[in-house]
Amino acid sequence: MIITDQAFLRADGRKGIRNNIVVAYLVECAHHVAREIVYPYRERGVHLIGFGGCYPNDYAARMMRTLCTHPNVGGVILLSLGCESFNRNALREAIAASGRPVETLVIQQNGGTRKTIEQGRRQLEEMLLAVAQVPRAPLHMNEFIVGTVCGGSDATSGITANPGIGRAFDRLVEQKAGCIFEETGELIGCEDIMTARAATPELAGILRDSVTKAARYYTVLGHGSFAPGNAEGGLTTQEEKSMGAYAKSGASRISGLLKPGDVPPRGGLYLLDVVPDGEVRFGFPNINDNAEIAELIACGSHVILFSTGRGSVVGSAISPVIKICANPETYRRMSEDMDVDAGRILEGRASLDEVGGEILALSLAVARGTRTKSEELGHQEFVLTYKSFEPIGPACLPHN
Amino acid sequence: MNDPKLLLLDPADNVLVAIQTLEVGEVLSVAGQRVTVPQRLTLGHKLAARAIRAGEKILKYRVPIGSATQDIAAGEHVHLHNMKSDYLQTFTLESGHTFSTSHDHH
Repeated sequence: MIITDQAFLRADGRKGIRNNIVVAYLVECAHHVAREIVYPYRERGVHLIGFGGCYPNDYAARMMRTLCTHPNVGGVILLSLGCESFNRNALREAIAASGRPVETLVIQQNGGTRKTIEQGRRQLEEMLLAVAQVPRAPLHMNEFIVGTVCGGSDATSGITANPGIGRAFDRLVEQKAGCIFEETGELIGCEDIMTARAATPELAGILRDSVTKAARYYTVLGHGSFAPGNAEGGLTTQEEKSMGAYAKSGASRISGLLKPGDVPPRGGLYLLDVVPDGEVRFGFPNINDNAEIAELIACGSHVILFSTGRGSVVGSAISPVIKICANPETYRRMSEDMDVDAGRILEGRASLDEVGGEILALSLAVARGTRTKSEELGHQEFVLTYKSFEPIGPACLPHN
Repeated sequence: MNDPKLLLLDPADNVLVAIQTLEVGEVLSVAGQRVTVPQRLTLGHKLAARAIRAGEKILKYRVPIGSATQDIAAGEHVHLHNMKSDYLQTFTLESGHTFSTSHDHH
């Protein structure tokens, strides 16, 4: 099935549903200059991302590389202070090798803040003209990747929005799209039922190990993936929240396990393992919802399905975020921020299948260019922190 | 029978979920008994579907979501005060948090 014949065809063969330019700072010291360059263009598909740290980190370098070469990105301007550890040349080469236009601005070599902002905006004007020329091509269902995350969950999330997303995922997977669910820390308590869905016995073991790792990691930190608002919203324990979160994965067979930056090799349902490998260091695996969204996007997600009960307002840089509101009372308060009113299931105004169908239809419409509420409101949140991962092994991915 | 404001997600469950906000003093039917709501409970909160003994697993969506820390009567609010996780301690603004590996701070 062809979703749209107007996808943006990149020189590396990948296809995007948005034609964004990314301005990326490579240390916090370059953040202001990058933000100033972007500001007048923020409603013209120019997005700000970056990494604040001055110390080197392989995970952050890989995240920046995969995000800057994401199919929704047409060109990149890199902002360096000049003395930070981030390897700007390697990142620039990777972007150039993908066929995307790329510029690097080094503030220390460029005469400081004002001159760099002026030059960055000149480069941006040229790049906007260049990316407008990108060829269009059909996007097939088996090239489409959708990620899902929940944030600001309450006890309605697991009854309406999350199983609604699960229904949409089942139908996407049937049609060979790639679907990614995540947060192994929010699967604590679901190990047995989840591993029973693994495509192979080896993968079942890998899925179980990923949750065991998450439980150990969060136990050392002394705090699960659970916020006070979750309890006010009627959720009592981590495993209760987990069961609700797990419903986003639907009922399909699980084809593989990814780590941040791994793109699904073909359609199917994948678990994204977001908890670092090795000793506990650098703090919480993901400090907030946007850290998870950035990882789902780094795995190639064209669109993010975000379920919320308490009422999150966030969007993201690079890929559109569709917000599915689980709680009908929250929806009435915050409808301007919500794309789907899944809470009507609780009030007998819709069935789970109807909401699942609506989520699926909206995902495809967004791929054809329909703007989400968070896009209309200008949300382009982004965060990237320190982490460390071992590469995935061959048993993590489907073969033949 | 249970009040239509209360949802039994699975026949095996021992908790019901409020599908609309319950006001103080409201009288609800739980397993054929009349129960008075002692405090305002927003939708999503859980009530015991039957009497639950201390130590018993709390079942929701047919899966255990923790254990009762005391005996719970049918219709009683089931939350942080009478159940706990079998995995990780639950953090609230009131309970506070210190970075340690011990789980006995409250």
